[in-house]
Amino acid sequence: MSWHQAVWNEPLIFEYKGRGRIGFKIQEEEELKKEININIPEKLRRKEIDLPELSELEVIRHFIRLSQMSFGVDNGMVPLGSCTMKYNPKIEEEAELLTQNLHPLQDDSTVQGILEVLYYMQKWLAEITGMDLCSLQVPAGAAGELAGVLMIKKYHETKGRWNRDEMLVADTAHGTNPASASMENFKVIYIKSNSEGLVDIDILKEIVSERTAGFMLTNPNTLGLFEENILDIAKYIHSVDAKLYYDGANLNGILGVVRPGDMGFDIVHLNLHKTFAVPHGGGGPGAGAICAKGEMVDFLPYPLVEKKNGIYSLSYIPKYSIGKIATFYGNVGNVVRAYTYILGLGAEGISMIGKMSTLATNYLISQLKNIRGLDLIAPHRPRKHEVVFSAKTLAKETGVTANDIAKALLDRGFYAPTIYFPPNVEEALMIEPTETEPKEVLDSFANAIKEIINVAYSNPKEILDTPNNTSVKRLDQVIANHPSSVTPTYRVKRLREEGKISSLK
Amino acid sequence: MDMHPWLPNIKYIEEMLKSIRVNSIDDLFIDVPEEVKLKKELDLDYKKPLSEYEIILKLQELQSKNKKLKMPPFLGGGICPHYVPEVVKFIIKRSEFYTSYTPYQPEISQGILQALFEYQSLIAELFEMEVVNASLYDWGSALAEAIMMSNRINKKKIVLIPKLMNPYHKEVVNTWTYGKGIKLVELPPNERGTIDISKLESIINDDISAIYIQQPNFYGIFEDEIEYIVDIAKKKKIITIMGVSPLALGLIKPPGEYEIDIAVGDGQELGLSLNFGGPLLGILATRWDGQLVRQMPGRIVGLTKDSEGKRGFTLILQTREQFARREKATSNITTNEALMAIAAAVYLSLLGRNGIKELAEEIYIRSHYAKKRLEELGVNTIYNGDFFEEFAIDFKTDYDIIHSRLLEKNIHGGLKLGKTQALFCVTEIHTKSMIDELIESIREVFSG
Repeated sequence: MSWHQAVWNEPLIFEYKGRGRIGFKIQEEEELKKEININIPEKLRRKEIDLPELSELEVIRHFIRLSQMSFGVDNGMVPLGSCTMKYNPKIEEEAELLTQNLHPLQDDSTVQGILEVLYYMQKWLAEITGMDLCSLQVPAGAAGELAGVLMIKKYHETKGRWNRDEMLVADTAHGTNPASASMENFKVIYIKSNSEGLVDIDILKEIVSERTAGFMLTNPNTLGLFEENILDIAKYIHSVDAKLYYDGANLNGILGVVRPGDMGFDIVHLNLHKTFAVPHGGGGPGAGAICAKGEMVDFLPYPLVEKKNGIYSLSYIPKYSIGKIATFYGNVGNVVRAYTYILGLGAEGISMIGKMSTLATNYLISQLKNIRGLDLIAPHRPRKHEVVFSAKTLAKETGVTANDIAKALLDRGFYAPTIYFPPNVEEALMIEPTETEPKEVLDSFANAIKEIINVAYSNPKEILDTPNNTSVKRLDQVIANHPSSVTPTYRVKRLREEGKISSLK
Repeated sequence: MDMHPWLPNIKYIEEMLKSIRVNSIDDLFIDVPEEVKLKKELDLDYKKPLSEYEIILKLQELQSKNKKLKMPPFLGGGICPHYVPEVVKFIIKRSEFYTSYTPYQPEISQGILQALFEYQSLIAELFEMEVVNASLYDWGSALAEAIMMSNRINKKKIVLIPKLMNPYHKEVVNTWTYGKGIKLVELPPNERGTIDISKLESIINDDISAIYIQQPNFYGIFEDEIEYIVDIAKKKKIITIMGVSPLALGLIKPPGEYEIDIAVGDGQELGLSLNFGGPLLGILATRWDGQLVRQMPGRIVGLTKDSEGKRGFTLILQTREQFARREKATSNITTNEALMAIAAAVYLSLLGRNGIKELAEEIYIRSHYAKKRLEELGVNTIYNGDFFEEFAIDFKTDYDIIHSRLLEKNIHGGLKLGKTQALFCVTEIHTKSMIDELIESIREVFSG
């Protein structure tokens, strides 16, 4: 393969030799220095700060080299399942000018333009999800889940039901669902999937009771399968007045085709960085929304933007609001990026996203189906935005695991799929192509997997020795995590070398 | 729609369907019950896609609806306007960083992992604490996570907080800790505006999980009895949490020197725009203590070696996270503020040990100058403790009147606290002449 990533052997910023330099200097108000003394008492004063001393150019070169040893959607395909790594249109960057220098506590009268954007986003996202209203308070998806879980808790409490302590979660759910539920003291009850990879309705029926607070579900689920019994599921959940929560991480596969609100969901969180193409920055910032229908609107986190006599204000506090999730109004700088994405598609374009991402996934499946070593649960079912293959057979027959396939893909210029998730599939490879990858790229990705598997059967060692074309070779996870060698900062490295700290106990 | 720049496969639909062996895209949705399928067109006010140029025009129209201020607002309350160096903006726009995902595959993501490791390391030096995670959402949520960490460690439910802590952070903590039944008990201030430690010993009991100190506090005032508070807490095995404004640490003692257990803060001051309140950068750091580290929320990057012995970086201690432990995870956080952490790393690298000290001094001097000039108008601060960056003034007259008269001149004053009081924030981005103009404008209001 011709692909090769930069290898720079770049020192740590602390290891640069320069001293007595500065990379950024502010204007000093000399006059004021004569007028004002710094009178901080000795016991509060800082002695020294061990930071580097570098020129602007040194800093630039260092971080540019680091960027060259990174890989994003602009470099190549990132088929990470459930992460929806679609192309981030560059026009989105213009939107940043709307928020850049605005302070969140400025008078409403000075920020009418941005409040107008937020007002429409509250409304549009509600329309897209089939809900009544969305709050943009949540800075990411998991924060949305936290909000949703709290809304469910408060809902039952306002009805005097203090014993609603069980949160149902599908066994294929994102790990954040059970984590969010237990953060707010719910007991997590897993609902098993059936052999088709869908929620087992019989088990659900048995478990639903007067103690059920809600059910956290994503549809399509993490196997990429649509929960076709969703109306029945909603019926059982609602029969005890529990609430159905929609994890929006997988919305891309049905966007514009079917809406959570129409399926019976009461609360929805959205990951704007996924479905609405906000760049993900190496893991964040993201942006989110938490949407509600009917009486659940009263529980949304505040504040929301309202419009009165043509004037927008951040004054709407729902009656039983759970409070604030973030210090201010969520990641507004990214909400505006999602806004431009919606403008660039319009209703017509949005209605094609689910279709085109589903088409891409099923096309990819058609290229990868029936390959020796790769298994697919319920192969007769169409997938939505993602598909999970199992490399169990391959691992058994060749010793090449899902992780090895991932590393071999890196060598071929692709990012790897999500691996070992969901946990109910052995040697899982979860692939999400998205609607933005051209057909030819899907073809070459499929060919890369086929080639890797061929090599696995003929010369497995060659795959086990990958990657070779990345900045470094396979990394040692034992050294990285062992209490005697774990090194989370340069400070720990230094103190350990000086003998000042011991094993992490 | 037969072509769109972001949807490359529209003209290939037929060909791709043939490969799948179905007749239409609708066949891929046969498992969706007919009665729930969307039958109407979405009402998004825009039916057709806007072209790139039309989007720019729309954004310009919206931007013109925001009021153009003459100078940066004198507003703090958790985040303050600061100058963002071009280098910082330039680096975080590098698309290899900008368009990447969480570095689950370390071999191909060394650059971003090293940058995050350096962020952790730079904060570790600034705070003098050993372990830093790769970011949380903001100060408020970082504090909520720190309090929940304390609760997981000692199972206790009362947390002492200063009455003069940031009220927005308090709101966030209240929301997050609701389900765990954590109760916040306020420590009142003395006349200087710092925690009144004379009352501390009588408040402390065995049910207290943690004690929180904000440095400087919401009124910008330096807490100066931290050693004493930490000492009492240690005796009672209470976890100490300190919230700090990172730039103030150019002047004052870091949390590590007090042997604080968990430190939090917001990295917005370290090279981030205001962004109308988000994205920000939640900082969380701990001492070198396994119990604290294992309960830490969020991702951590660590050092390791590759198969040839060469230095490398990878995500570490992931067994604490929700991938492996699900309902037993330390937190639900996955998406953090990684890019903002890189911005802070670039910013701290630029400033370095000389720059951060100079900058902190400059902010101190300018904010004190503004306060001094205001006092010449016959108004005073509410508390008399020494402060950094922010200070609260009691105008003894309706602040709304002053505020709206300033706005008429396109100057945004401080944050209204009480009817006659406001919190002013002055940083390196406010020049002497801007401060002078603010004072003169207030003088004009006073003289009618």
